[in-house]
Amino acid sequence: MENSKNQTRNDFLLLIGFAAVVLAGPIILEPIGGNYPDLLQKLCIYGIFAIGFNILFGLTGYLSFGHAAFIGVGSYMTLWSFKLLTMNVLPAIAFSIVLAAIFAYCIGYVSLRRSGIYFSILTLAFAQMCYALAYSVLTPITNGETGLQTRAIRSDASTSLLDGDIRVIDQALGVQEFGVPTTHFFGIPMSGYTGFYFCAVLLIICFFLAQLITRSNFGMMLKAIKSNQNRLNYTGVYARPYLITAFVISGMYAGLAGSLLAVTDPIAGAERMQWTASGEVVLMTILGGVGTLVGPVLGAGLNKYAEQKVSSWNEGILHNIFSFLPDSIEDGVVGFTSLFVGEGWHMTLGLMFMVIVIFLPGGLMEGFRRILAIFRKPKDNQSAQSNTVSNSKPDEPSVAQPAE
Amino acid sequence: MAVTETINADESREFGRGTPNKVFHIDDVHKSFAGLHALADVDLDVYEGETHAIIGPNGAGKSTLLNVCVGRLAPDRGAVVFDGHVLTGRQPHEINQLGVARVFQTPEVFPDLSVLENVMVPALSKRDGHFRLNPFKNFFGEKIIRDEAKETLASLGLGEQFDVVSSSLSRGDKRRLELAMGLIQHPRLLLLDEPTAGMARHDTNATIDLLKQIKEDGMTIVIIEHDMHVVFSLADRISVLAGGRIIAQGLPDEIKGNPKVKEAYLGEEQV
Repeated sequence: MENSKNQTRNDFLLLIGFAAVVLAGPIILEPIGGNYPDLLQKLCIYGIFAIGFNILFGLTGYLSFGHAAFIGVGSYMTLWSFKLLTMNVLPAIAFSIVLAAIFAYCIGYVSLRRSGIYFSILTLAFAQMCYALAYSVLTPITNGETGLQTRAIRSDASTSLLDGDIRVIDQALGVQEFGVPTTHFFGIPMSGYTGFYFCAVLLIICFFLAQLITRSNFGMMLKAIKSNQNRLNYTGVYARPYLITAFVISGMYAGLAGSLLAVTDPIAGAERMQWTASGEVVLMTILGGVGTLVGPVLGAGLNKYAEQKVSSWNEGILHNIFSFLPDSIEDGVVGFTSLFVGEGWHMTLGLMFMVIVIFLPGGLMEGFRRILAIFRKPKDNQSAQSNTVSNSKPDEPSVAQPAE
Repeated sequence: MAVTETINADESREFGRGTPNKVFHIDDVHKSFAGLHALADVDLDVYEGETHAIIGPNGAGKSTLLNVCVGRLAPDRGAVVFDGHVLTGRQPHEINQLGVARVFQTPEVFPDLSVLENVMVPALSKRDGHFRLNPFKNFFGEKIIRDEAKETLASLGLGEQFDVVSSSLSRGDKRRLELAMGLIQHPRLLLLDEPTAGMARHDTNATIDLLKQIKEDGMTIVIIEHDMHVVFSLADRISVLAGGRIIAQGLPDEIKGNPKVKEAYLGEEQV
């Protein structure tokens, strides 16, 4: 019982700490120039995406390469809710999550007939199929390469829904529109810092739900699947419905993330469903730490920060950074490092990924654990000295650590 | 032989400590791999409360028979029936939910989970069935199951290792852990595949004592074992498998004196 109470207390403290850091994001990121709304929103949105992905990959070990499909589904559904119903984001988000869940169930039902690399390839195939369909037969829904976006309410019924919206709920409520329609949450605009705080609150809720799932009986079954699925079958547990449920939950998280992308910037394009987007969330999760609660959010943050900041750097900025060097050396250093910024930012990301996977297989969270261990060591040594020799167990096996 | 869904009650007979029901029945099972007959015409009856040992030399088909029993392998012919339910064609999790637990020859545990979690998972499966969606029920809040798991582990000598990651256990401890995973489900039929393999003599004797205690509680046990000390300490009846066929069946004393058994299995070994 003591164990359970301690864990509940630790989880509560973790949640409070996480919420405080997320809500204080604009202040924390100010020194590194990351406190503008667009980046802050993306950090939260991709944090949600990564948390959901980790429920599948981190807990069950099933690696999906098709989660970007649910981002696309969420974005398109949100746009259609804006076009047909209302610019209020609440129904848009709700419909997006439900539709992503239905999609995830269908894709999961088929893909989860296989495991390992075959499962990954099946999910990748489904996502690429969605991407290709969005550019071809589904053009009347997705608006193809142009992308789907909100328009003014159409005055003529013969105008295509792609070029003119109807927003029946807004019209019924007599909402007046001036210029480009903007998204809102019961009047609160979803752009700028209010948009960030809306995403931040949803990120905290998603984190809390992931915490509950991880600590639950259901979460333990998912961990048992990852650990030894064959043994679990002989224990009387049918792994498939657990896997499908985990797949659907992670698909719903991705649907929410896709919806929020459209909420903060009401345009949806098929590129969100491309395989690179699916690969990106895998990178985020591994960078941060697979199977941990905080790791995927950290990975998402690092990835998006690098994308937004490093890709915007140019030789001028690099000259400023290395201005302390003698001119001849500075030119050489800038010439070399310029390969890794601007359009070459992917090389930075690739290098970062390689370094972390080689030296920190458990991601950034493992790095933090190692640093903590260095500080704890002197303490442990002191307490060990105070213990009697008879209590020492040099061959004591390792002890299970809960995911932080 | 035609397979029936239920066993005829008339077929039951008095056995052991007065338990009359034939609870487990292997009916004309045949299994071959690429033309090699691993099992041929195997018929076996196990009675409720009985401890039935299956012995035989290496390659006799013992583990294949156990794999057929738990749904890991499908027989080419014949059927396995437990408590009126045909097990053949069922998934392993369905067979377990009917009350059949298996302990593997090579320890099969959840290596990334703690010892306590390893035992709590099958206990939850027993209580909740093969699937139950409870994403908000805290695993460590399951006080009754946790206490029972601790009690079971303590009875097997793993009381000091609740929080240890099971991958770091010794082979003998893993075997005891696996036994605990089976016992916590209170199965009606416990299938043990060499439960003392890899154990020191002291641990083997402790396991025999434990299994005797389980036997006293009325659990039906089928045990595959090489160690004759274990077999003759526990078995009410013994079946001898050689070349995929049952060559002898009977009480331990009958098996000891059976010349076929001596020839096929025991050889020069002193029984």
